[in-house]
Amino acid sequence: MAAYAVPQFNNIKSYLESQLEKSLLRFITCGSVDDGKSTLIGRLLYESKMIFDDQLASLKNESKKFGTQGEEIDFALLVDGLAAEREQGITIDVAYRFFSTDRRKFIVADTPGHEQYTRNMATGASTADLAIVMIDARKGVLTQTRRHSFIVSLLGIKHVVLCINKMDLVDYDQSVYEEILSEYREFASDFGFESIQAIPVSALAGDNVVTNSARTPWYDGPPLMEYLDTVEIRSDAAEKPFRMPVQWVNRPNLDFRGFAGQIISGSIKPGEKIRALPSGKSSTVARVVTMGGDLEEAVEGQSVTLTLDDEIDISRGDVLCADQSPAEVSDQFQATMLWMSDSAMLPGRSYIMKMGAREAQMQVTEQRYRVDVNTRAHEAAKTLDLNEIGVVNIALDREVAFDAYRQNRRMGGFIVIDRMTSETVGLGLINFALRRASNIHRQALDVTKDLRASMKGQKPVILWFTGLSGAGKSTVANIVEKRLAAMGRHTYTLDGDNVRHGLNHDLGFTDADRVENIRRVGEVAKLMMDAGLIVLVSFISPFRAERRIVRQMVDEGEFIEVYVDVSLEEAERRDVKGLYKKARAGEIKNFTGIDSPYEAPLAPEVHLNVGAMAPHEASDLIIERLFAAGILDV
Amino acid sequence: MTILTHLDRLEAESIHILREVAASMQNPVMMYSIGKDSSVMLHLARKAFYPAPIPFPLLHVDTTWKFREMIAFRDVLKDDPATDLLVHINQEGVEQGVGPFTHGSAVHTDIMKTQGLKQALDKHKFDAAIGGARRDEEKSRAKERIFSFRSAQHRWDPKNQRPELWSLYNTRIKPGESVRVFPLSNWTELDIWQYIYQEEIEIVPLYFAKERPVVERDGILVMVDDDRLPLEPGEEPMMKKVRFRTLGCYPLTGAVESEASTITEIIEEMLRTTTSEREGRAIDKDAPASMELKKQEGYF
Repeated sequence: MAAYAVPQFNNIKSYLESQLEKSLLRFITCGSVDDGKSTLIGRLLYESKMIFDDQLASLKNESKKFGTQGEEIDFALLVDGLAAEREQGITIDVAYRFFSTDRRKFIVADTPGHEQYTRNMATGASTADLAIVMIDARKGVLTQTRRHSFIVSLLGIKHVVLCINKMDLVDYDQSVYEEILSEYREFASDFGFESIQAIPVSALAGDNVVTNSARTPWYDGPPLMEYLDTVEIRSDAAEKPFRMPVQWVNRPNLDFRGFAGQIISGSIKPGEKIRALPSGKSSTVARVVTMGGDLEEAVEGQSVTLTLDDEIDISRGDVLCADQSPAEVSDQFQATMLWMSDSAMLPGRSYIMKMGAREAQMQVTEQRYRVDVNTRAHEAAKTLDLNEIGVVNIALDREVAFDAYRQNRRMGGFIVIDRMTSETVGLGLINFALRRASNIHRQALDVTKDLRASMKGQKPVILWFTGLSGAGKSTVANIVEKRLAAMGRHTYTLDGDNVRHGLNHDLGFTDADRVENIRRVGEVAKLMMDAGLIVLVSFISPFRAERRIVRQMVDEGEFIEVYVDVSLEEAERRDVKGLYKKARAGEIKNFTGIDSPYEAPLAPEVHLNVGAMAPHEASDLIIERLFAAGILDV
Repeated sequence: MTILTHLDRLEAESIHILREVAASMQNPVMMYSIGKDSSVMLHLARKAFYPAPIPFPLLHVDTTWKFREMIAFRDVLKDDPATDLLVHINQEGVEQGVGPFTHGSAVHTDIMKTQGLKQALDKHKFDAAIGGARRDEEKSRAKERIFSFRSAQHRWDPKNQRPELWSLYNTRIKPGESVRVFPLSNWTELDIWQYIYQEEIEIVPLYFAKERPVVERDGILVMVDDDRLPLEPGEEPMMKKVRFRTLGCYPLTGAVESEASTITEIIEEMLRTTTSEREGRAIDKDAPASMELKKQEGYF
């Protein structure tokens, strides 16, 4: 395991330079009592050489005194920090642990499994990019597993490692692993996870933690440490529109007025226009000031100080936004709330909300329903007790800038503070603003794509169906559109029938015309998406380059390529419209598959092998994908 | 496109925390212990508020038993007009002649450091004290919040900590209560050294190996920093090339034999080393949960 061993110092300077390039991954471990989380983290620390001799010596001492492993080292004692926990043998709070490899630094939030500590789990999850969900192989998927996964998904974590632990106690049986994995995949299918990596481990014995275990020859995936070291966590915060809550106004003298804050998303350069919310006033960034000198660009994550060209009134709590795609502003929201206090949440009571650098007075005007964290069933309830989750309407005493939590975690997440005790009593995730009509009036000049979409209560997207003639693109697209309509979504389908006969009636089937055909269809789809619609496009669109151009016309995640895959033989055998027969007979020129090429997608978002499935099954896959991508929600 | 490294992200988080303290607390203070973590914290504070000066004072609680080189280093900062450095000494303790040799390390630390700190916080009515503790240092610190609340009696209740979500810190306190803030919570010892290297931050020369007079006691090398160190019969100070991995009161801080005289050599030595940073500190060995107890009583 050369990667984790103490490095050789032939050249300490170049070693150091390489260490300075490390990236940071924050993850959370969750699981129920005795699943072995602490043991696993203890082992990760031990294996990554983060345990020093004196710590190991004191660990051996304590293992004898408090340990549950006889003469063996009890790794859990390394992480169960507080004296009370060591005596009771349980973890009762969030502990942060650190280890690093040559590629990454890791910050681990170790959180307790007991039901009463749901709030601690949410705390750990709020800053994590990835979750390790522990499962005891002997017990399988439990209620707690469901609860933890629900909270993890609620807080917006997209990547899950399913650690199926204690494999040593089930004789490293592959079928146990497979069964748990398939059960987990099924119930987590609508959690919006982008990846689920299952790994069979024994934290105690070390199987598949750092190296692949000889005792699980049937497992061909990476060991846990390697996976953590290499998993790609795409931070989309950098590509989102610029947002920076103003934390502090820097005014050392009359000549300097800077706005200090940490950039939540996007990037900013001198000369770019910003808009301050909630006032709505615009200005241009003059300088990005840091002690090391002015920057030409500042990006998501950086703490900077901006100066502006105009003297506009900005104070702590305001949010500086990209002028062309500002956040929304409202004083009434629908939010999902997790209660963290022994005294229940009461509608009508006045609380303090803190979001970004802004505090506001807050009231819950109505609780719509409570969510059972174990079954996710909606229940009628007026109040929320400790560790309960509900969907509520809230009203503030002032307008604040926000984005929906699922679009931007730090622009839509807030904490609730009790006015009397000053305790943090709850957390909230903004779903959308209420009283939309007054919003539109207030922002009459700024009816944006986001606004149009939020008025429709949906996320716009282009579903691009490509495939050979006769593959069944339109059939599947029709079913999907009907299902979306049934869910109250606003849609439109573009296909040859309604485009070729009108807008594109001047185009033929030469390569040049095919390119222009797709370009126009792409532009129309983009306009419709801008109007807030879910657009289904059903065209052969044989060339990768044109599909790529359309993909690049819209934001990331807004183009979902659906490859309706059928063999030429099968399409020709079906030949619903008799077109293949004519093409073979030379009556139609430039027919895709016959005398014009079809370039199959290399990495479509959805790949439908329609030779092997019915159209409604194909539509299932697309709907699932829309849930996973967050286009549709529960 | 600028790509942020893990140090960039740690720096940005710390700056965010420091600004949040300055913007939302009435009367904050930054603890200044003269050690490397304090040097890093001071550097971060300068960055956080540039071009303005640091908008709160620094406080050094002087136990009167610090290394002379530490005091010299501190006094340079004291003369810097852009920095407001307060020094507090527990005068009652001085009058009672409290010291590590006469009263033992536990009593000395409690009276000169813990009580001295409480006196200073009460005297100036500070409502926030920024400290350089890191979560990787000790097990009970791993569970402490970044904004950690103290009762009017300066006590920490580990079972009643406020949840900290995202980067939202609840900074509200009741009259008399205060908060300890730890902007370096997520840094490790290695991060600190790498950052010192990257930013060329000045630190006390005691961190670098040099011939120094030491005596060996209970396996710990104690530096003979002044003539207050009572020598045992037959004990003879010897010159050894040593350095310190952590700095405190000189009689309570063990030296390590080392050849490392530059930052890069220190980092190299650290990566090879097999003992943890706090090992040289006598204070942690009293009882298994000694740090947790001291923190509950108000130790930083």
